[in-house]
Amino acid sequence: VTPGIGSWIVLSSALFCIGLVGVMLRRNPLVILLSIEIMLNAVNLTFVAFGRHWGTVDGQVIVTFVMTVAAAEAAVGLALVVALFRHRESLNPDGFTSLKW
Amino acid sequence: MGIVVFYVAGACAIGSAIAVVVQRNPFLAALSLILHLASLAALYLVLQGDFVAVAQLLVYAGAVMIMFLFVIAYLGDRADLDLRRGGIGAGAAAVAGLAIFIESVIAVSGSSDLLKTPAIVSDQFGSPTTIGRLFLTDHLLAFEAISLILLVGAIAGVVLGAGDLLPSGPRTRHGDGPDAQEPGERYDLRREMQRRERDEQEHESEVGA
Repeated sequence: VTPGIGSWIVLSSALFCIGLVGVMLRRNPLVILLSIEIMLNAVNLTFVAFGRHWGTVDGQVIVTFVMTVAAAEAAVGLALVVALFRHRESLNPDGFTSLKW
Repeated sequence: MGIVVFYVAGACAIGSAIAVVVQRNPFLAALSLILHLASLAALYLVLQGDFVAVAQLLVYAGAVMIMFLFVIAYLGDRADLDLRRGGIGAGAAAVAGLAIFIESVIAVSGSSDLLKTPAIVSDQFGSPTTIGRLFLTDHLLAFEAISLILLVGAIAGVVLGAGDLLPSGPRTRHGDGPDAQEPGERYDLRREMQRRERDEQEHESEVGA
């Protein structure tokens, strides 16, 4: 017996909002990346829950794709953090405005 | 059984997600995220997503988080920077998050009866066999495209992360000095090694004096 779809949506929207607040609240780029992972996983949870609800496996296939893209995103994001740190000797994102026109 | 796991793992997921956001030490934040991902894997099991649950543990809680922990360890205590947005920024963030959450709760509570009863599925739902067959039939193009994306991501990670070890990467040190590389010059590993050795010797003699 699984809970109804409403419970899953409430749970995943709570997780998404926590990740959103983390992205807006924190200024450490590493923690911002971690919060983005929370948001991605909240969306994954809705995919799996709706797939189970409608009895189709496609939701789980999409979740696997999202995981792969998230892995690539984390690799590029972390490499950017390391490269920016080497340039600036700092992790303060307010210092990373040199791409601004 | 499913209900119990839902509440326990759900509370665990929310608690560890909050810990990620409020934790000052990024290393502990990353460890909290591992707990968060593991409790999500338990929730996937409730939803009969066997393959997704295992992939979540192996790929996410394993590989991706190790990458995060390596970078945090590489940056050391310099990763501890904590500049929260204070005042209006923090309040606005909390209000926006809460507003979206309340909105979705209202939307769910007003939903139709269509959402009340889940479909009846077989035991094979979400098994590796089912998912693997879908990968190689209906979603073959996306499956191949995702491998290209991973390749590009890996190359981008190496190029960005290697810095001045690559001929045209972002150069940080050795950028100026008597024998700095010209922009168009061909990269020469032996020359680079000699230059580094000389720099080190100079540094040592400076320290010794």
